[in-house]
Amino acid sequence: MECTAESVAEAMRAVAAVVVEHREELNRLDREIGDGDHGENLARGLRALESKLDEVPSSPGGVLRLAATTLISTVGGAAGPLYGTAFLRAATSVGDVASVDGEAVAAALRAALDGVVARGKAALGDKTMVDALTPAVAAAESVAVTGGGVAEVLAAAAEAAEMGADSTVRMVARKGRASYLGERSEGHLDPGARSTALVLRTLAGRAR
Amino acid sequence: MKKIINDPATVVVDALRGMALAHADLLEVRYDPAVVLRADAPVSRKVAVISGGGSGHEPLHGGFVGRGMLDAACPGPVFTSPTPDQVAAAVARTDGGAGALLIVKNYTGDVLNFETAGELAAADGVDVRTVVIDDDVAVKDSLYTAGRRGVGGTVLLEKIVGAAAERGVDLDGCEALARRVVGQVRSMGLALTACTVPHAGEPSFTLADDEMELGIGIHGEPGRRRVAVGTADEMVRALLEPVLEDLPFGEGDRVLLFTNSMGGTPLIELYLAHGIAERLLAERGIVVERRLVGPYITSLEMQGMSVTLLKLDDELVELWDAPVHTPALRWGV
Repeated sequence: MECTAESVAEAMRAVAAVVVEHREELNRLDREIGDGDHGENLARGLRALESKLDEVPSSPGGVLRLAATTLISTVGGAAGPLYGTAFLRAATSVGDVASVDGEAVAAALRAALDGVVARGKAALGDKTMVDALTPAVAAAESVAVTGGGVAEVLAAAAEAAEMGADSTVRMVARKGRASYLGERSEGHLDPGARSTALVLRTLAGRAR
Repeated sequence: MKKIINDPATVVVDALRGMALAHADLLEVRYDPAVVLRADAPVSRKVAVISGGGSGHEPLHGGFVGRGMLDAACPGPVFTSPTPDQVAAAVARTDGGAGALLIVKNYTGDVLNFETAGELAAADGVDVRTVVIDDDVAVKDSLYTAGRRGVGGTVLLEKIVGAAAERGVDLDGCEALARRVVGQVRSMGLALTACTVPHAGEPSFTLADDEMELGIGIHGEPGRRRVAVGTADEMVRALLEPVLEDLPFGEGDRVLLFTNSMGGTPLIELYLAHGIAERLLAERGIVVERRLVGPYITSLEMQGMSVTLLKLDDELVELWDAPVHTPALRWGV
């Protein structure tokens, strides 16, 4: 199974709906160890993206690029540049092809992770979205290498991202605003890791 | 939550509209993207000094736009950094041909967005430099945090570098001066109450009547430690001691003492605290040569205060004393 510009746009609309639905939860997680606006900021950017998707770009890469520029110019905070960079690198990885397969999705996820790490300078174990995205990429690649399609690749990524996000509960934050809490950040789920898992789960749910 | 607002989603823009009307002689406000500009921008052949960050810290930064301080401020949503578009628009509208200096508080979101904006502006051919301020001694500068936060020292940095730019100091000179100020300014804050971000609708943390947060930043986030509330003497000492040890400040040093309200602490308590701080510094033989007392870098309605010390020399004193005409700071004009 391969996905087209329209199916990627449809998936991004679903991501917007899910994040808006989980806005309060993400705000609450962020309030515990940060300043409580992660859900608010992401929802603002994704709502803006939703309205821009009235005109769907001609390729999957185009949709991802539109997502990137919209998030960078409307979200602010750390989430804007980090999610923006992730989508921008994914778009570049996908290129201008008309449709993408499982292998291309795994490569795009790898590019997204590399971008987030380069921009945010966070490593595994710092209690950030990297802790969800890193295992997601590994899982996606292991499924893609055996010939898995888009749906299988994303399903594996989503599951690994959820486990990765859960693992942040035990961590002490070393990056972002939560790092100022030191030991007090332990015992809380990282909001960025949680939103990453939510996004991947939604994308997986749309890829059929 | 009780606040004088219509809609949490439009708080910043609604406030900017009022600010534009209140200070039409000094400011021009643009809304898409949101930028607060000096009314006479761009000033030809002058380095543009630009800052910004989340809203909710008023008068920082928009209140410091005007002659002798900032050329532009980029207000983000409450406690959320502005986007690169805002910063890039500020650079484009204030560039007088001498380049731009971006003053960025060390918070992950601010640094990332200003970094991206700097790349955009550089691509447009403007010489842009970025100086990150990280004066908060509550955060240990180590591999295990995002680094010290930028807090009260930002106000002093903006005033001093703004004065230099107004005098015609070039971009290299402004950048070097900014780095020097960052190197010799330190701050520490405490909160007696939390604040409520409008879209959140509830306080960012809760404190018992006999508790305070020591070592807070400026975004309503909890501090490093929760401790028992003491007397004003004990509170001021708890703020000053880590500041004094950090640089360190010692006998014979000339300093600027900035006693700041987080927004909800009234001037009667702030002056009381300022008097204690002056006494404690005098006991150590430190010479308070200049002062700033008031709510200048705030966290909405949070009760609490911060103390900032800047080590002075003749050049910094002269730049501090130079004329400034902005909504929140005005002297010498």
